[in-house]
Amino acid sequence: MSAVKQEKEPLFSSKNVKLLTSPLNMSNPITVQVLGICSALAVTAKMKPAFVMAISVIAVTALANFIISLMRNGIPPRIRIIVQLVVIALLVIVVDQFLKAFVYDVSKQLSVFVGLIITNCILMGRLEAFAMSNKPWPSLLDGLGNGFGYGMILLLVGFVRELFGSGTVWGFHVIPQSFYELGYKNNGFMILPPMALILIGIIIWIQRARNPQLIED
Amino acid sequence: MYSNGYIFRYAGILVIVVAAVLSTTALVLKPFQDKNDAVDKMQSILVAAGFEGVTAQNAIELFNKNVSNMMVIDPEGNVVDDFTGEGKEKSKAFGLNLKEELYKKSVQKPFELPLYVVQKEGQKIYIVPMRGVGLWGPIWGNMALKDDFKTVVGVTFGHKSETPGLGAEIATPIFTTQFPGKTIFDSNDKFVSVSVVKGGIANQPAEKQPHMVDAISGGTITSNGVSEMLKNVLESYEPFIKKQS
Repeated sequence: MSAVKQEKEPLFSSKNVKLLTSPLNMSNPITVQVLGICSALAVTAKMKPAFVMAISVIAVTALANFIISLMRNGIPPRIRIIVQLVVIALLVIVVDQFLKAFVYDVSKQLSVFVGLIITNCILMGRLEAFAMSNKPWPSLLDGLGNGFGYGMILLLVGFVRELFGSGTVWGFHVIPQSFYELGYKNNGFMILPPMALILIGIIIWIQRARNPQLIED
Repeated sequence: MYSNGYIFRYAGILVIVVAAVLSTTALVLKPFQDKNDAVDKMQSILVAAGFEGVTAQNAIELFNKNVSNMMVIDPEGNVVDDFTGEGKEKSKAFGLNLKEELYKKSVQKPFELPLYVVQKEGQKIYIVPMRGVGLWGPIWGNMALKDDFKTVVGVTFGHKSETPGLGAEIATPIFTTQFPGKTIFDSNDKFVSVSVVKGGIANQPAEKQPHMVDAISGGTITSNGVSEMLKNVLESYEPFIKKQS
């Protein structure tokens, strides 16, 4: 027993809460770290697939961070990347199987993108940068936070694209029929991936305009 | 510092644990997935026949109401099995594994093929399930033929992992709405299938146009796969069709 026993940190100390909240804004994986853009463009044409994708990524980041953090002292450094990949791949396949069993139609829409969570840079990035050198609980929070940060942007982009692209929100028509009769048309461009990139660009612009410390010289 | 022995043991144990977790998950979830697959197959058959408003919830009910015969035919064109009762998802035709049967065909072994008969507005529509290869994995679909066994009523396609936005477009209406009205036999009753062609069917000779649809830009290999699948599967039904007329 060491003489200076470290005082037990409360579960939701300010440091831990910060792990959960900072990815929502100041270190958002999509808008600040610019990770995971590929899937953010692909699955955001409608809110429902975006939501399922977000949930899947949150589950995978949180669990992968947690598991790798538990294993961190035993992982031989020479094979650490492959160990991380095996854990991520395991979780992604399990998530994919669950989607196929319980939300079949959404899993068809997400098609290859669930499998591509494996290559989502947010995961490897967080495992290398955080879980390998921190305790399980903060790692879990960090994973959750980054997952939420990713999911938040996905839903935001999905909302705008579905509203203007299909006139619906979560599959329900919100733009009244009278608008269409007056000549309003759904913007087909919103359905296409390039518009998602433009929307993410606008989000990054707004965020940096409000937070000058994010602007690089 | 970790020894090589430790690294090998670590990797070995990790892989075994992961394999155990994965196979358990797959086994536990299999019944749910199989049910989804069956419902999806029914939906696809009904949509190909031109039914609207088919959802995962009402697919089984609509399927049993509108599908009258579940036939199994052999390459000589004989009907081997004809199921007309209730519970069509348990019939031999529905359970036939098309992948295995087409493999048997490719190695010149005897094989059997399913054919579904749908009653719609007093007309018989014949549904031919199909399976083939795309760029990254299997593709499949259902073709609905009129009772002249020549004219296409509708078609649906599915795929496991074609590229979204390119090959995956075969499953969208942009591609499938080209098929209704096309014919799989030419004016001399010779089997020609429906081919997916590059460069616009408008530039093709007029007598060939009823047997062609436009390919998908950027999805050439998937488009060729669809052509190949249509030809390979439909030609096996030719003896049966010849016997009907």
